[in-house]
Amino acid sequence: MNKIFALASVVLRELYRRKDFYVLFVIVALITLLLGSVNVFNDTQVVRYLKEVCLLLIWIAALVIAVTTAARQIPGERESRTIFPLLAKPVSRAELVLGKFLGCWLACGVALVAFYLFFTLITLAREHSLPLASYFQAFWLHWMMLAVVIAFTLLGSLVFTAPSVNSTVTLILVTGVLLLGRHLNKVAAQLPEPLGLILSPIYFAIPHLELFDVRDLIVHNWKPIAWTAWSLATLYAASYSALFLGSACLVFRRKPVN
Amino acid sequence: MEPILKITDLRVEYRSREDAGADLGVKVAVNGLNLEVRRGEVFGFLGPNGAGKTTTMNVLLGFVNATGGSAELFGVNVREPIARQRIGYLPELTYYYKFLTAEELLRFYGKIFGLASAELEKRIDHVLRLVELEHARKRLIRTYSKGMQQRVGLAQALINDPDLLILDEPTSGLDPLGRMKVREIIQRLRDAGKTVFFSSHELGEVETVCDRVGILHEGRLQVEGRVSELTTRYHTNLEQIFLQIIGYRPNPPATVTCA
Ligand SMILES: Nc1ncnc2c1ncn2[C@@H]1O[C@H](COP(=O)(O)OP(=O)(O)OP(=O)(O)O)[C@@H](O)[C@H]1O
Ligand SMILES: [Mg+2]
Repeated sequence: MNKIFALASVVLRELYRRKDFYVLFVIVALITLLLGSVNVFNDTQVVRYLKEVCLLLIWIAALVIAVTTAARQIPGERESRTIFPLLAKPVSRAELVLGKFLGCWLACGVALVAFYLFFTLITLAREHSLPLASYFQAFWLHWMMLAVVIAFTLLGSLVFTAPSVNSTVTLILVTGVLLLGRHLNKVAAQLPEPLGLILSPIYFAIPHLELFDVRDLIVHNWKPIAWTAWSLATLYAASYSALFLGSACLVFRRKPVN
Repeated sequence: MEPILKITDLRVEYRSREDAGADLGVKVAVNGLNLEVRRGEVFGFLGPNGAGKTTTMNVLLGFVNATGGSAELFGVNVREPIARQRIGYLPELTYYYKFLTAEELLRFYGKIFGLASAELEKRIDHVLRLVELEHARKRLIRTYSKGMQQRVGLAQALINDPDLLILDEPTSGLDPLGRMKVREIIQRLRDAGKTVFFSSHELGEVETVCDRVGILHEGRLQVEGRVSELTTRYHTNLEQIFLQIIGYRPNPPATVTCA
């Protein structure tokens, strides 16, 4: 377990010594503040609009951070040849995959905390209620969704050799699931036979990332969702992450590294 | 004495698609290699470029799977991560995490070996002193020269106080002084009873530090033995033996033209 934490701490250290995250954070903050200063709608509408835009930016930025960070981990180790001294130590490839996963996930957690704190500050400046439980649920489910995305990206990084291909494919797939996942079964029902038959198993097999998108809770200040539903969603994300990580370990196990 | 490193009938094939045209080229990098290194020995693993030295080491470290035969370290199959608990490895060409300092890098690797913090800090001080990088320990590796990076490599190979060192061309890229220092470190390790298995193209250096050498050519071990035995058997120095084994014949003077 210590080895996994040691591996994760290197991922975290790399991220905070790089500039990407700070740049994304500043962009999100700037766009939000800029929009906040334009007072074209009546007040409640402005706040809601502002919150929606800010959350959308946070979702995009977090997704980009998660996918690009996870995608470059293992290919980066191979490219810079740091994988050789590392794997020459008593560490299994499964531990390497898990350490990378943990590092990316924690890094995304840190980024999300920063983003959500900013979001909270923006809303507190305009509104005077802060339903903490809803905020926590939105943050947590977002983070759990990123766990699935990171695990999937790590698996992809062992299948595709080029990190850029992997990032692009993953971003498209994840966006596709987020936008269409909910409707895939309806589409399947309408399609002519062979296509529909292919599409409906896909609907049941893919992780439904859109379930984790509870932005509305904090845009409209709604009450939190039932905690059993919240726990089930957490479990759902954990299972898919485990599935992807397990597959990544299997793919990596017998792969020559040179 | 039981061997610390044991290779039996090792065969490694690479399948490469890039090789000439559409067929799947099979390249035999190591062919029927048998080798034993015993405790306390310094073994020089020699051979021309492409002989299969790095490939053999890659098998020992579990990077590449053997097509046939087997390899063991400390009596444990190299596929088990635990086989690597007591070894130190210096890769042929490697860049370490550029965004870490030497100290952080060594701390990270020490944790991978499961060293306790107090002991680890002592080891870090010790190895940094040994490779003379104390002055740069808090600098990012990004700012190191090539020779400094090679010394970081040596430091990380020694962090766990290993019993067996596998060094792939440890002196490449170093200046004459740096080479001498690496030689001294190897000699000091031998005096401390460590086993060293290293590859090199510097035959002079090999002659001074090695107990035994093996010369690999086209994936096969051509000769193996004590340096003194070989020089008596062949009536010449290591360099001439090496050239003879790889089939080098000096051109007769008449054919050499300087047009
Ligand atoms: N990944 C690979 N795919 C295909 N062939 C490879 C691969 N790695 C090495 N080879 C081939 O295997 C042979 C042995 O290579 P190896 O790197 O083991 O040589 P070496 O003895 O270490 O040489 P050098 O002294 O140049 O370091 C070479 O012919 C090389 O082209
Ligand atoms: Mg080599």
